[in-house]
Amino acid sequence: MARSNDPFWWALFAVGGVVAAFLVPVHIVLTGIAGPAGWLRGSFEYHRVLALVSHPISRLYLFVLISLPLFHWAHRFRFSLVDLGVKGGRGLVAVACYGSAIVGTILTAVVLMKL
Amino acid sequence: MGEAMSPYHRPMATTWWLTNRAYFLFMVRELTSVFIAAYLILFLLMLYKLAMGREAYEAYLHFLASPGMVVVHVVMLAAALFHTVTWFNLTPMAMRVRFGERSVPPLIVVGGTYAAWIAASIAMTSIVLWWK
Repeated sequence: MARSNDPFWWALFAVGGVVAAFLVPVHIVLTGIAGPAGWLRGSFEYHRVLALVSHPISRLYLFVLISLPLFHWAHRFRFSLVDLGVKGGRGLVAVACYGSAIVGTILTAVVLMKL
Repeated sequence: MGEAMSPYHRPMATTWWLTNRAYFLFMVRELTSVFIAAYLILFLLMLYKLAMGREAYEAYLHFLASPGMVVVHVVMLAAALFHTVTWFNLTPMAMRVRFGERSVPPLIVVGGTYAAWIAASIAMTSIVLWWK
């Protein structure tokens, strides 16, 4: 199980876990429940949100917020699959999980640059 | 003789985590990451629609307001909160905080993390609501 590059993925897992623990709940409430429901009338107006998220600090923040928990997911999901009896935990499963997180990170960077 | 020996692996049913409450909660904790990642993909989609233009963004907000999507977000919120609680409760095991000669009691470390979490959530809500 111990591979030479494991500490690298483990560190991403740990930092992603901290980011998710601190920030994801409030974002789900704001953008998934309160915003679409119209409770925050005006705050989710197109031009206002566009201006808010286009700020360089916002883009950097959003990159960290989205990317790091994806690596947290990749690490946990990889070992969950192994725990559930999926063979090849050291090979294909790992490549698929971390690879998905890398693809997600690239997509996030592309979207944030287009804003 | 001559055949390579391979270590014996005790066969284990895929449903092992359903046999015991602690195993079950362990698996639930691991799978909260799936819900968190799913939310972040939906959120990234919102940013993508925002980049596409006003109509796309407003259509997406309308889609998110549908009852099904609200239920999905409530479930993802429950998973995210479970992750937060389990993660914070483990912090004293991962990190020993020292204050001079003495180490800070675990309860205070955990309390501090929760206080920081509430402060960060209030700060983020304030920015989203009132930033100009």
